[in-house]
Amino acid sequence: MGVIRSEQDLERNVLTTTLERLVAWGRGNSVWPAQFGLACCAIEMMCAAGSRFDISRFGSELFRASPRQSDLMIVAGRVSQKMAPVLRHIYDQMLDPKWVISMGDCASTGGLYNNYAVVQGVDKIVPVDVYVAGCPPRPEALLHGLQLLQRKIQTRTTGAAARAT
Amino acid sequence: MATTTETLTLNMGPQHPSTHGVLRLVLELEGEVVRKCTPVMGYLHTGIEKEMESRTYHQNVTLVDRIEYLANYNEEMAFHQSVERLFGLEPPPRARYIRILMCEMNRIASHLMYLGAGAMDLNVSSVFLYCLQDREKFLDLSEMISGQRMMPGYFRVGGLAEDLPDGFVAASRAWLDEMARRIDEYDRLLTDNLIWRERLEGVALLSPEDAIALGGTGPVLRGSGIAHDIRKVLPYGGYEEFDFDVPVERGCDAFARYRVRMEEMRQARRIALQALDRLPDGPVIVNDRKVALPPRAELARSMEAVIHQFKLVSEGMHPPAGETYVATESPRGEKGYFVVSDGSNRPVRVHARAPSFYNLQTLPAMVEGRPLADVVVAVASIDIVLGDVDR
Repeated sequence: MGVIRSEQDLERNVLTTTLERLVAWGRGNSVWPAQFGLACCAIEMMCAAGSRFDISRFGSELFRASPRQSDLMIVAGRVSQKMAPVLRHIYDQMLDPKWVISMGDCASTGGLYNNYAVVQGVDKIVPVDVYVAGCPPRPEALLHGLQLLQRKIQTRTTGAAARAT
Repeated sequence: MATTTETLTLNMGPQHPSTHGVLRLVLELEGEVVRKCTPVMGYLHTGIEKEMESRTYHQNVTLVDRIEYLANYNEEMAFHQSVERLFGLEPPPRARYIRILMCEMNRIASHLMYLGAGAMDLNVSSVFLYCLQDREKFLDLSEMISGQRMMPGYFRVGGLAEDLPDGFVAASRAWLDEMARRIDEYDRLLTDNLIWRERLEGVALLSPEDAIALGGTGPVLRGSGIAHDIRKVLPYGGYEEFDFDVPVERGCDAFARYRVRMEEMRQARRIALQALDRLPDGPVIVNDRKVALPPRAELARSMEAVIHQFKLVSEGMHPPAGETYVATESPRGEKGYFVVSDGSNRPVRVHARAPSFYNLQTLPAMVEGRPLADVVVAVASIDIVLGDVDR
């Protein structure tokens, strides 16, 4: 062990990559969501964190109560006009790089409620990376959304890296 | 040295891990002690009641499901009780039994969520995971019956959308059998747990007088020693045919409310088992073509059935003009829908009497003069659903 005899051994034991890629790989696999449940979808989000669906398989089981410690905001539920400024405030408190998953029809488009009270899509307030459809989406759907986000992070097509270029 | 009497105003929520949604509390603190507590609501106001005025009765089931999203079957039960009273309809016996079966199983699932989330607030995260695991099995049953985990839309005016699927009776019996063991396990895990008791006993006190004066219902009222359960006081939907007890505790504290809910889970199981044992045969929806869709087989044979189908789907049902309110016992307390009809196919006004809203009123009485840390216990012991408070 530890003795490198030939060129072939070197190739087998050493990975070369760029630092940027390494960071993206790490970031993608440790996305910490903010604990930000709004309505019905929040219950399915909790189920995704439960032992049956087990979001920790994807490195995202640490739901942080403070926005300053989290990278991902899962907007789970309908966003009312009264909640909208609060939501934006919490998003602003999160540190870069940060991502947003819009979970469910209400968060994505207003869903069932085309009326005075509900914001017609959270993308009017914050930039959204992944939309998850369903009313409410099953935990599997949320996990799929999370995987899509991970792929985006790792290929650096989203978040601060994408905005910089 | 002069002492100051200034108070500190602390804002708790609307984004806070233990407010069970988007509740905001403005607390005035004197040191550690809460002097004044003002709940601020409306962060989840969705305008559902207004929205219901522009939909037909059939479409409104979808909206009703999303008000109290932890007890969807109970919610549908409450809405349909009111609409059926407008029509003067009575669902067939099999439909009534299946409704009660689903409502009581939903009650267990809802209390499991209370227990899990309440325990999580006190940092007992293992109980949260256990409870979610048990609740998943109820969601599987719900999926069997309606195709949806959470928003079933299973009840119809005059009965049910479908009969029970194959294997459902055995599956629900298996879950109920398992729950008997699980509830005992939670009891052993928590009831004699010193930390649990110290954190809950004597905390969030609510006197019986306050509970009545502030409009508390459900476990909040029964935890203050008042035996008031709509299923016994004003039986609806066939509850008078079932044999069950109403658990009451005199502790008036968070522990009493916990004990009430634990016992309610056992009683709900008892009711559900009676419904399974005595499940009658027969149709699951009334044979009234002005209200219920004709069976699919009939559509191929009868022109009249096609016309009824078309009228019901395009226009909906027309209840006679009038107004009704039927109180039901949801897992959180008295739930009822006040429905006003002018004889058209849409309600003129729908108002939901939301138990969480009234129970939230009792919160200041529970926490004023108590330490800040008790606020979390009090909120958890009320078991509010913000969708129900704000609608």
